[in-house]
Parts: sequence; C-alpha cells; structure tokens
Amino acid sequence: MIIGIATSVGVLALLALTAGGLLAWLNHRWPRNTSAEIDAVDALLPQTQCAQCGYPGCRPYAQALVNDAAPITLCPPGGEALVQQLSEHLGRSADEALADAPARIALIDEARCIGCLLCIQACPVDAIVGARGYMHTVLVDECTGCELCLPPCPVDCIDLLAAAVSSKP
Amino acid sequence: MNELLLLLLATAFVNNFVLAQFLGLCPFVGTSGRFDTATSMGLATAFVLTFAALLSYAVYHSVLLPLDLAYLRIIAFIVIIAATVQATEMLLRSISPILHTAMGLYLPLITSNCAVLALALLAVDAQLSLLQTVVYALGASLGFSIVLALFAAARERTEQADAPAAFAGVPLALVTAGIMSLAFMGFKGMGT
Repeated sequence: MIIGIATSVGVLALLALTAGGLLAWLNHRWPRNTSAEIDAVDALLPQTQCAQCGYPGCRPYAQALVNDAAPITLCPPGGEALVQQLSEHLGRSADEALADAPARIALIDEARCIGCLLCIQACPVDAIVGARGYMHTVLVDECTGCELCLPPCPVDCIDLLAAAVSSKP
Repeated sequence: MNELLLLLLATAFVNNFVLAQFLGLCPFVGTSGRFDTATSMGLATAFVLTFAALLSYAVYHSVLLPLDLAYLRIIAFIVIIAATVQATEMLLRSISPILHTAMGLYLPLITSNCAVLALALLAVDAQLSLLQTVVYALGASLGFSIVLALFAAARERTEQADAPAAFAGVPLALVTAGIMSLAFMGFKGMGT
C-alpha cells in the first residue's frame, strides 16, 4: 500500500521534473528570435522618428516594447489606434491611459513665415505644404504634433496648439 | 502494410476525430475564421498530436505498465502533452515569431484540445504497437488538419454570403459544421 503510493508519487514527480528540465534546456536551445519580433513591432510604429517617446527613434522604442521595458502608450503620433494595435500584438492591456499630454498640432503664423522650406524638409509625415518664397501651412489631418519642425524654423513662426477636435478616425 | 494504410485512412476520414468522434471542437470553431490561421493551427496541432502520442506511448509502455501504474495514465499524459505544447511554442517563437503572434492564445490552448489526450488514451487502450500508434497519430493529424482547413475555407465564403441576420456569423458556421459532419458520415462503412 505505502509502496504503491510512494511509487506513483515518485513516478509522477520524476515525470514532471524530466519534462521541466527538458523545457528549460529547450528554452535555452531555442532563444527568442527578438530581431524579427522587433521588426514586426517597428512596422506598426508611425516611423516619424520624433523621439517624443523618450527613445531616440521608432526602432529603439520597438526594441523596448519587445523587451517589456516601455509602456505601450508613449507614442503621440500613433495615438489611440496604435495603442490598440500594440495591445493586440503584444498581448498587453490597453487600459493604461494615453500619456496625459493632449494631442497637439503645429500652426504656422503665416504673417511671420518667410517661405524658407526648412520645416518642410524636417516634417516626417509631409504635413507641411508650401513653396520657396511663399508662406507655408500645416495640413491639420496629417500633423502628428511631433515638434520636429520647431528647431529648424529661423524665424520661430511655428507654434503647437492643442488640437481642437481630432479629425482622425 | 495494407493494414497500416487502412488504419491511416480510417482514422483520417471514417473515424475523423472532429466530425465523427466530436473531439477537439473548440479549436475547430475557434481558429477557423481565416484560412491561413487555420492551416498553421492544423499543422501545429498535427505536430503536437504526433509527438505527444509517441511520448505517451513510450512512457506508458516503459514506465507505467512495468510498475503497474496504468491508472496514472491520464495525469501522466496531461503532463506530457503540456510539455510538448510548451516545446512547440518555444520552437515556433524561435523560428517564426510572426506566426507565433498570429496564433496567439490558441497555441497554448492546444494543451486543452481534447483530441490530443483522446488520441494518446485511445492508442494505449486499443493496445496498438509503436508503428500503429505513429500511423494512428498521423491519421488523426491528417484528418484534423484537412477538416480544419476545409471548414475555414467554407467559413471564409459564408462570411461573405448574404445570410439572414439571425444566421449570420457563428450560427451559420455551426450549421456548416453539422453539414460537414453529415457528409463525413458518408465514409462510414468504408473499410474500418
């Protein structure tokens, strides 16, 4: 009786230990293929390279996301839609509110703009239109509020305003 | 040889695990929304089915039977299946992370796919030899994958169909599954 109980417990324990040991070895043998995972996350990010997330660009942020080192809500250009996608892709909760900064868009003070084209070159999403010598303007629907157009402007004619009502879906 | 071929076809079609024995219905309904997910799910399940059946056979005949512990087979098989699924997930995560994310939650859920446990139990209860167990597992995998792929293809089309509101979606899928099951009844009497 006692022997029967002991063997059955022993056999099950041994089986579980063997399986666990084998899995630990396999986990070591087949490491996570992180570069392909990072590629997949990177493809979701908007590629504005605006660094508003605190990382130098989109790929470093993707890397931090795959390593679970960053919240999924740091990307203002991506907005709510990106948080949803990332939450599905990474299996993480989307409950964390989007970083409290409200959505902002750039506005060019057309009286001061000298038409130098510098902000057009800086804009990662082609949201500024204009020609040399003519004043430029911002496409409200395209602007992600990434602030990359501010430093190049020689006359400081660009301001960021709170977006009135987001026109994005 | 002929017998083995007969066993393969009988398991795949006549005694199809899903449509004739009604095992593994949750992944059958759950992962058949899209054809490509369904085929990869079918392949992953086939892999797990075959390996788990082989390992179960080995453990049953080399450990449990000699020690007179056959009554432990259900628990032992569950441990084996869980480990096999975990190993499959690690392999997939390493080889193809994109497929891994696409299959998401359904991959670990293979653990609770009753077809996997049923296969291991039926194989030892029928006292099949090692070779027969392999063929039996391959037949079950073939049957599961084919049926899952067929069902997913049918669902992708009925999804587009102009069905009455009361039938659209899951009800239509279940009706489709029922009709497929009826069609597979037609194999009854072939061989066995």
